[in-house]
Amino acid sequence: MNSKLGLDSKKVAYARQLAAGVAADVQRFVDGYTTVAVERTLCRLLGIDGVDANSVPLPNVVVDSLKAAGVLGEGALFYVGNAMVVTGKTPMQIAEEIADGKLDITKLEIRPKAEIDKALEAPIKASVEKIKARRKRREDYIEKIGEGPKPYIYVIVATGNIYEDVVQAEAAARQGADIIAVIRTTGQSLLDYVPYGATTEGFGGTYATQENFRIMRQALDKVGEEVGRYIRLCNYCSGLCMPEIAVMGAFEGLDVMLNDALYGILFRDINMQRTMIDQFFSRVINGFAGVIINTGEDNYLTTADAVEAAHTVLASDIINEQLALIAGLPEEQMGLGHAFEMDPMLENGFLLELAQAQMAREIFPKAPLKYMPPTKFMTGNIFRGHIQDALFNMVGIWTNQGIQLLGMPTEAIHTPFMSDRFLSIENAKYIFNNMKSIGDEVEFKEGGIIRTRAKEVLDKAIELLEKLNEEGLFTALEKGIFADVKRPRNGGKGLDGVTPKGQNYMNPFIKIMLGGK
Amino acid sequence: MSGGLYSMEEKDFDKNLNLKAIKPYGDTMNDGKVQLSFTLPVPAGDEAVEAAKQLIKAMGLNNPQVVFYKELTPGFTFFNCYGSATQTVDFTAIHVPKVESNVMDMPATDEYIRENIGRKLVIVGASTGTDAHTVGIDAIMNMKGYAGHYGLERYDMIEAYNLGSQVPNEDFIAKAVELKADALLVSQTVTQKDIHIKNLTELVELLEAEGLRDKVILACGGPRITHELAKELGYDAGFGMNTYADDVASFIAEEYVRRHKKQ
Repeated sequence: MNSKLGLDSKKVAYARQLAAGVAADVQRFVDGYTTVAVERTLCRLLGIDGVDANSVPLPNVVVDSLKAAGVLGEGALFYVGNAMVVTGKTPMQIAEEIADGKLDITKLEIRPKAEIDKALEAPIKASVEKIKARRKRREDYIEKIGEGPKPYIYVIVATGNIYEDVVQAEAAARQGADIIAVIRTTGQSLLDYVPYGATTEGFGGTYATQENFRIMRQALDKVGEEVGRYIRLCNYCSGLCMPEIAVMGAFEGLDVMLNDALYGILFRDINMQRTMIDQFFSRVINGFAGVIINTGEDNYLTTADAVEAAHTVLASDIINEQLALIAGLPEEQMGLGHAFEMDPMLENGFLLELAQAQMAREIFPKAPLKYMPPTKFMTGNIFRGHIQDALFNMVGIWTNQGIQLLGMPTEAIHTPFMSDRFLSIENAKYIFNNMKSIGDEVEFKEGGIIRTRAKEVLDKAIELLEKLNEEGLFTALEKGIFADVKRPRNGGKGLDGVTPKGQNYMNPFIKIMLGGK
Repeated sequence: MSGGLYSMEEKDFDKNLNLKAIKPYGDTMNDGKVQLSFTLPVPAGDEAVEAAKQLIKAMGLNNPQVVFYKELTPGFTFFNCYGSATQTVDFTAIHVPKVESNVMDMPATDEYIRENIGRKLVIVGASTGTDAHTVGIDAIMNMKGYAGHYGLERYDMIEAYNLGSQVPNEDFIAKAVELKADALLVSQTVTQKDIHIKNLTELVELLEAEGLRDKVILACGGPRITHELAKELGYDAGFGMNTYADDVASFIAEEYVRRHKKQ
């Protein structure tokens, strides 16, 4: 592709090479460890689901029993598989007996590895087939009823009640939304378990549960058929249950997942070691399930200045791309994040935003980039806010973004009313149609503000990547390189759920899922 | 549906400003014009428009006009409307409690603390409870500050600790004791179902239970916080929209001096 910005392709390749080094360094660490969340995910992949008498999810019951016995590092598959050989029971039956206090799988005699492998074969195959079938279902749907053009129009629902969310989501789909994101309740990212069943209470959002996923997917299938467009469902594979949510999403046909360890580290104070390990497995699952991941770089600009810190977004996007590639996630599923967050009072700010968005487009040509609307400078002046969102939409269509996360005029006030969503979708559709081909028509002046800005940001991103390559991502995060936030390597939440892999450790899913479709 | 470019309404009302009975202003004194938008859970149609008009009248607005309506999804209709207020407010009788301090800028506050207190004030802040938003506390505390107002971390005479978001009230208090805090700042952004009220109340109760309430200056802030609400909940001050680190720092410094003079 010819660069409209005159970007030097050698520089871009060099930036990628630096980021690949950073990612490989992280992966060397990740490969040696597992976490409670990864092990709970493996339980779910064996078909363990449901809760005990105290509403504790059974995957937690099983994994907590391993942790209590000090053998978490040997992994859930080894112990559950061994218990299957010894007792002849299914993983679900085994989990129920652990919950009832009838069985301690860490005290059983250990059978030969070949027998354990054999016992695990059937449940592993079943879940892999289940995920494949879900993926195929989406692909068939899109072929049959079609989908909206890019940028996909992405809106949120956040009532706290999944059934009320359905009403909002159906309305949004009818108005033109392509992606419905069900915002999670405040604080769910810090729960070290995933709640169970349909939920009707939440603060500023709705619990992510497998049943809620199912309810919303079903509703979107129905409204999708009505409007003749496949409607994608988005949730949040972040926080302390990254891979668990990934597998629940894979089972229930979610299409898009926020999935970014860096976001959790910086903005939720989740321990960096824990979440990097969790992220790898969650991305393997998302990649295999055909789920588009969204990364959270846009958030850096809510705390750091959008003009000064633009290069940190680019550097992080390139690292996230390399981390995703290691997890087998193709570029077509990488919704790398960036945002329209400059001060609206800035002279020529629109030009700088345009330069930034065009640069992201050219550097990640195949990625369905996730473009975030203004949030930091949104106020109670909903009328100006609506115009800020209009400018944001212009950049979105102009630079051919993949996923346009629509801004709401009432962004600074409340979670969207049904009418806010209508006004925002109307705004986006008007601009996307009215300015459809502007990107093909307009070129940027050589030596002008836009080209100069893009070059500057790329150069600064390379400088930063050189530094990151030298000292490693963890050290950089300790120094507060992203979003002006510093996080200690051993601080934050969830570190006690991390353990080195033991001799018997097994996770065949990684190989199966990385092995292709 | 448009009323036309020129308003043909009769304007036979008193067009003099009377501060004892003010009304909204559109383009003529006392025209009372109010702009509204809302959604009714009914299908679009003449009945829906009539329902909207009746609702507007019930709100105390005369001459209701529905200028735009659209069914957002079957059974829900959105309206843009106008009406003229019949109610008035006596502006001369208004009294709003405000944080009583002279707002100083950063150098002036530093100088004030140096002269009157002679040591650094320790201020601990957090977004407490389940609230994950750091935007408020960051705007007040971070070095960079917000909208050109430097944050507390940049003050020479303030030792500022920003504990970030989702800090349980118990941990917040423990940290305050450990750091010997002179003042505590609580930020609350999420206000769905009044969760901020519960959370703010709980903090005051915990402080009182531990006998610490009188030992610290306690302030809260957030887009839905007012000084009046803060006082009601047992705080020394509340900082709402359009307040910055300057407001918070000057208040704490002056309040500290005020309290220690009394003793």
